[in-house]
Amino acid sequence: MGKYILKRLLLIIPMLIGISFILFVVMHIAPGDPTSVKYGLNPDISESARSNFNKIYGLDRPVLVQYATWLRRFFFLDFGDSFMDGRPVISKIMSRLPATLLLQASSFLVIFCVALPIGIISAVRRGGLFDRTMTVAVFIGYALPAFWLALLLIFFLGFKLQLFPVSGMVPWYAVYIGGFARAGDLLWHLVLPVFATAFGGVAALSRYSRSSMIEAMGQNYVLTARAKGLSERRVILVHALRNALLPIITIMGLTLPGLISGSFIFETIFAWPGMGRLGYEAIMNYDYPVVMGVAVISTFLTLLGIFLSDIAYAAADPRIRYETRRT
Amino acid sequence: MKTRLFFGITIIIVMALMAVFAPFIASNDPEAMDLSAESRLQPPSAEHLLGTDNLGRDVFSRMVYGARVSLSVGFIAVGISLGIGVFLGAVSGYYGGRVDAVIMRFVEVMYCFPTLFLIMIVIAFLGPDIVNVMVVIGITSWTGLCRLVRAEFLTLRERDFVHAARVQGVSDMRVIFRHILPNAMGPVYVSVTLSVGAAILVESALSFLGLGVQIPTPSWGNILSAGKNYIDYAWWLTLFPGLAILIAVLSFNLVGESLRDMLDPRLSGRG
Repeated sequence: MGKYILKRLLLIIPMLIGISFILFVVMHIAPGDPTSVKYGLNPDISESARSNFNKIYGLDRPVLVQYATWLRRFFFLDFGDSFMDGRPVISKIMSRLPATLLLQASSFLVIFCVALPIGIISAVRRGGLFDRTMTVAVFIGYALPAFWLALLLIFFLGFKLQLFPVSGMVPWYAVYIGGFARAGDLLWHLVLPVFATAFGGVAALSRYSRSSMIEAMGQNYVLTARAKGLSERRVILVHALRNALLPIITIMGLTLPGLISGSFIFETIFAWPGMGRLGYEAIMNYDYPVVMGVAVISTFLTLLGIFLSDIAYAAADPRIRYETRRT
Repeated sequence: MKTRLFFGITIIIVMALMAVFAPFIASNDPEAMDLSAESRLQPPSAEHLLGTDNLGRDVFSRMVYGARVSLSVGFIAVGISLGIGVFLGAVSGYYGGRVDAVIMRFVEVMYCFPTLFLIMIVIAFLGPDIVNVMVVIGITSWTGLCRLVRAEFLTLRERDFVHAARVQGVSDMRVIFRHILPNAMGPVYVSVTLSVGAAILVESALSFLGLGVQIPTPSWGNILSAGKNYIDYAWWLTLFPGLAILIAVLSFNLVGESLRDMLDPRLSGRG
């Protein structure tokens, strides 16, 4: 097990290098550069000042040389300085990361806590009213443009009914209220973004846990459990669910790339001060170092999540021996 | 089952016809502006079926023309991803070994990357226009298809008809594309149908962020995006394009799911 974990952890490094290489090359080969965005239309900035900028940041050198430089600094977690304000990229990202992690973790929790019961009940009462309603709801959920849903939420629950705040995470008045009230206020600000972010995941995972549960309920060990007179509750929640959970854990890990992708949209819509919005703003401003930093960190988080779900899977299922499996 | 398929196909055909015959269906020029106060942000009426937008343009006409853009982005993007995914999946599954290892590593790398961010970066740097949007969505969405085709090939390549073809000296490419591929197409059809819906969703999300098809060319995504600023007093600008996207994606998913059930009856009802 220890060997397997180490091997998987080491695999993250070449993955990050591969992704950063693709991205770096695409970004630098594409037309348009920071100086033309920042100063292109500004008559006060001379051509020599622009080439000077390119020289300072090494943008005039061949792409591969630039990448090599980037990679060498990357190993010391140095992503360079932002073109926008000169702050180190790593500190910009670190100041935004907690907000993103809070949003992602809450959404993850909500997905799990909502989708699993839906899946179990649908599987147990298969073909019943609840199951059929959920099937339709999930089907619509798959096709619903999530950002449209976010807009409707903002409009109806935010503007019309004034139930929830529609943007930001910590309002200006937060410093004037006490600890508990402040935590409550934070939760209150989380409601709409989490709802929008978690929606797609709930649709996918509830469907998945339903079929996984149906599969488990059809197995012989469930028949055995029933035959020896266990209560139906125990049969479902212990014997069937424990086995059904295994594939669900894997799928939970695989919802991460989607969640992180979503953060770029939802953080922008809800003005959430997280990494996704930082990435969006950096893209719009051709801020290469920040774009690279956000891309690498969010990929790292995704890989870490998938890795953790693999470990959880191994821990949950004693039959799995990773040393023998080719990975 | 049959009704779902029928329903989905009917809606897709209606939308496709709408896109093809847009000039005959649209009541106004989709790009004609009218900035006078009495024709801006008008609610739906007999004259303007779905109202007008902030520049006095007829929303119904823009939606009809938008179907053109949104559907063609969906189809062409999926066409590109189909080409890449099937080719790499087939080669990977057929040859196995080192070729397979390299392709699969690449697929894994692509898979773990937050795709939307990659698409946003490329579009922002290449400049947002409809061709770039199609191509970029296409080249970032083939990994699922690739895995699917590879899995099919892994089982099919051991079958007798493949050995028979190889013994006869048929070339590798011919074995792959003429002998094995036709037998592997079932799940591909399903996946492709579902992908069209997904591509329409991605395009609309990109437009929403200002990185999709650019105005004045209408797409459902950018009508919605422009309308969001007026959601307070012009709900029709947000509601209708969103509904159109929802219905289009729903139809493709209906068809895809019905196809899946038809191809693999064991799965029916299990979803």
